[in-house]
Amino acid sequence: MFDNILIYFVVIPVLMLAGVALCKNVKQIRAVAVVGSLALTALSVYLLLDYLHLRHVGATAQMLYTGSWAWFTPLNINLSVGVDGISIAMILLSSIILLTGSFASWTIAQPKEFFLWLILLSTGVFGFFISIDLFTMFMFYEVALIPMYLLIGVWGSGNKNYSAMKLTLMLMGGSAFLMLGLIGIYYHSAPEGQPLTWNLLEIARNGAISENWQLFLFPMTFVGFGVLGAMFPFHTWSPDGHASAPTAVSMLHAGVLMKLGGYGCFRVAIYLMPYAANELAWIFLILTGISVVYGAFSACVQTDLKYINAYSSVSHCGLVLFAILMLNTTAMSGAIMQMLSHGLMTALFFALIGMIYGRTHTRDIRQMGGLMQIMPYLAVCYVIAGMASLGLPGLSGFVAEMTIFVGSFQQGMTDYLAGAGSLRLVFTIIACCSIVITAVYILRVVGKLLLGPVYDDHHRELTDATWWERLSTATLIICVAAIGCFPNFFINLIKFTFSPEIFSVLNFTQHSGIASVLGMN
Amino acid sequence: MDYSQFLAMKQEIGLLIVFLLVFLYDTFMPKKALNATAGFTCVVFAIYTLVSFCCLSACETVSAFSGMYTTGPVMSTIKNILNVGVLIVLIQATQWANSEFQIMRRGEFYELLLLTLFGMYLMISARHFLLFVIGLESASLPLAAMVAFDKQHYESHEAAIKYILTAVFSSAVFMMGLSFVYGLTGSLYFTDIYAGIGAEHSVMLIMALAFVISGIGFKLSLVPFHLWTADVYQGAPTSVTSYLSVISKGAAAFAFLVILVQAFGLAYSQVWEWMLYALIILTITVGNLFAIRQRNMKRFLAFSSVSQAGYIMLGVIAFNTTGLASMMYYILVYIFSNLAAFGVIGAIENATGKVNMDDYNGLYKTNPKLSFAMMLAMFSLAGIPPFAGFFSKFFIFTGAIQQGSTAIYVLVLIALINTIISLYYYLLVVKAMFINTENECVIPTFRSSCSERLGLWITVAGILLLGIVSFFYNSILSMTSSGGIMIDL
Repeated sequence: MFDNILIYFVVIPVLMLAGVALCKNVKQIRAVAVVGSLALTALSVYLLLDYLHLRHVGATAQMLYTGSWAWFTPLNINLSVGVDGISIAMILLSSIILLTGSFASWTIAQPKEFFLWLILLSTGVFGFFISIDLFTMFMFYEVALIPMYLLIGVWGSGNKNYSAMKLTLMLMGGSAFLMLGLIGIYYHSAPEGQPLTWNLLEIARNGAISENWQLFLFPMTFVGFGVLGAMFPFHTWSPDGHASAPTAVSMLHAGVLMKLGGYGCFRVAIYLMPYAANELAWIFLILTGISVVYGAFSACVQTDLKYINAYSSVSHCGLVLFAILMLNTTAMSGAIMQMLSHGLMTALFFALIGMIYGRTHTRDIRQMGGLMQIMPYLAVCYVIAGMASLGLPGLSGFVAEMTIFVGSFQQGMTDYLAGAGSLRLVFTIIACCSIVITAVYILRVVGKLLLGPVYDDHHRELTDATWWERLSTATLIICVAAIGCFPNFFINLIKFTFSPEIFSVLNFTQHSGIASVLGMN
Repeated sequence: MDYSQFLAMKQEIGLLIVFLLVFLYDTFMPKKALNATAGFTCVVFAIYTLVSFCCLSACETVSAFSGMYTTGPVMSTIKNILNVGVLIVLIQATQWANSEFQIMRRGEFYELLLLTLFGMYLMISARHFLLFVIGLESASLPLAAMVAFDKQHYESHEAAIKYILTAVFSSAVFMMGLSFVYGLTGSLYFTDIYAGIGAEHSVMLIMALAFVISGIGFKLSLVPFHLWTADVYQGAPTSVTSYLSVISKGAAAFAFLVILVQAFGLAYSQVWEWMLYALIILTITVGNLFAIRQRNMKRFLAFSSVSQAGYIMLGVIAFNTTGLASMMYYILVYIFSNLAAFGVIGAIENATGKVNMDDYNGLYKTNPKLSFAMMLAMFSLAGIPPFAGFFSKFFIFTGAIQQGSTAIYVLVLIALINTIISLYYYLLVVKAMFINTENECVIPTFRSSCSERLGLWITVAGILLLGIVSFFYNSILSMTSSGGIMIDL
């Protein structure tokens, strides 16, 4: 079991949990957190390079590093792991955000409990991304959800009790539907007479879920994951939750946890039930299209920095689901890029907001101004994050959104020309508007908060970033810029999953464009 | 009569020996040695539990007294599960039994408790309604005396009266049903009834089943037969409440399954599936909704246990071996989770006398370990991974859905939505302990007694390990599925 590299993504967090539990003082806790998350980051970088190498020398299996260990044998539940480029991208993202999140919570109160919950949360996240067994996946998914309650409830600010409860109940409500969906998938996972399975790849290979059952199970799973992906109208937990959460939790939650939703929708709902995805895509396209535009508009009128970013997350994560529903390789690659890009960029945003809030003790943009003169480092970082968010070329947002809209438009045109209606086209155009709206709210904040005269003279005494703050923001900025400057590297990483021989399993027959449209290198 | 038939009842005989040892010890030992009664009982019972657990592998299906009594691997397992629960209850009760007010009567507490356990054994193994009723009565009447154990408390008396009246009433209803059954089939043997009702579903049979189900429904506190639960749980001494909420409930649930499958199996799809369907929805929903408003921890857990009984019933309505195994596993996990919660409540009550949820505010600051145990119990009851409750909930839903009808999907969806409601109120406890720390903490820092800590350690270990270590569920499931659901029971 321990000769599989993937297992260590769960083992290391568990060891960190034990380590933090044994720690005596705050220095040891910081050391454990930083060493552990550094180890995870190193491991995921190694995994990334090794994966690319294996692909380069010609590995053709859909998932690499697969392993399966019996767990609940009579119910066919195994602990199965395996990754492809998409999972690796997500694992890399998670480890980077965990690392920067640890730095961002350098001076948190009650550090021991805080890091225990934070690491438990990341155990769930890593476990989710490495699993290919539906049961294990779901278990890790819920492991990642519940620590949020205490993290927000104890260390949060503002209306934290309400937000923590709302967030937990809504996400768990989503997972209730998800659980029913997954059990339903299990009982239809194999043709009559063959042993049932929870393994994603086998279920996809069997393709035994009948069309009627797909129509029932697809909404269950898509909504279940979609709640975590902040799909309209189930997004309301997100602004409250993010606004109340402490910095590192906002970073992890917006940066990583919301990706669980998008990843789950892609990996489980669409991948296992392509027929229903095709049939029902229009409903969810409308909903996610609304998320994209509505989130952006809401961000325009908020005055609390965290609310602005939370709504912007709703908009950007909505774009992820929107692109996935295009059922088109280009748009889907864009969705994966958007997950990466949004994860890094929003983590950067929340880290910066936490740092600014820690100094000014307000997040209301009406009560601040001219921070560029006072804390130039943080202000410049904020501008960079903002530019990434509104899609400036050279930063990650541009690559992701460009890919998504090219793919969506392609699919929209294909649909339209094939006489399959113009819904996709119309909604692509509507969603494109969100770029402009994003520019509005980003520039508004930058103008009000950073530029112009200093609003409050008390702010003049504030200091600029400390070394650990510089470290965490600089890491994130480097990553954002790396994606923006070398998109091909990341597209290559995820390209294989979308190659025709793998992707044809999905068999979206009605849309002819799929097989012909390869990645965009 | 062939007296060697009694040898089939190995576990019952073992339990009787334990009972006699405790009784003789309590009666004839000098007064000084009586201080060790609690410890003595725990040790003897632990030995018995261990021995009966070791004999499990050698267990075969035997029936005695011309089929009135049957035992087999599945039944031995459920009895062992109950034994483990009783052992934990006994350990947790030590502190309370040695307290000033109970010291004169602690021997009786243990004797009555073991007697009721004996009754539950009979309920599980009975294959004739006469024996079943004997078991039912001996499982419920001594419990009324146990409920009234806190002599100096008015609530305890009230609870006992309520309990005995409902117990007697429910027995009467149950026996009314039996008389209908007898009228229909001319026999009280389960096998005869099974053959006698055949495919014919007369109004009489529906009436009979309605009475039988409501009779047992009282024991299980299914809604609408749950009205006694909260008052009794609140008034009874905490150790008795915990016994009542897990052991008594677990035994009744299993016996219920045995009756429905063995005697009325043929009437499943046309009669009792729909009765249970309605009862489960009502039980889970009403239990959950009422639990939200409770401020007294014991009443709170009473309603939580009402709704948990609904989840246990999902294993019965599944009507397959996965459902049976999941139900047994659910009972096992429920025993550990609920006893952890009651262990904490009991420890706090013994030390400070506080039982309200508001008193728990800021408990984490003063008693971090207790609040941690309580949190694990709450998470496990709510079904949060990686704790055992998640696995038991998941498997009971899996078992139910295996049945396959659309109605079951709807039922499971309702149950799943209810888990969200239940998560809300379980989180209220967690919130009180961990988040509401602004005000003065009502409960001071205290050190709970050795026995209480031992009990909590066992339950916490169970919550952490029963799920992740797949051995427990796998062995239960492979045992139940070695034969059909009918053969094995």
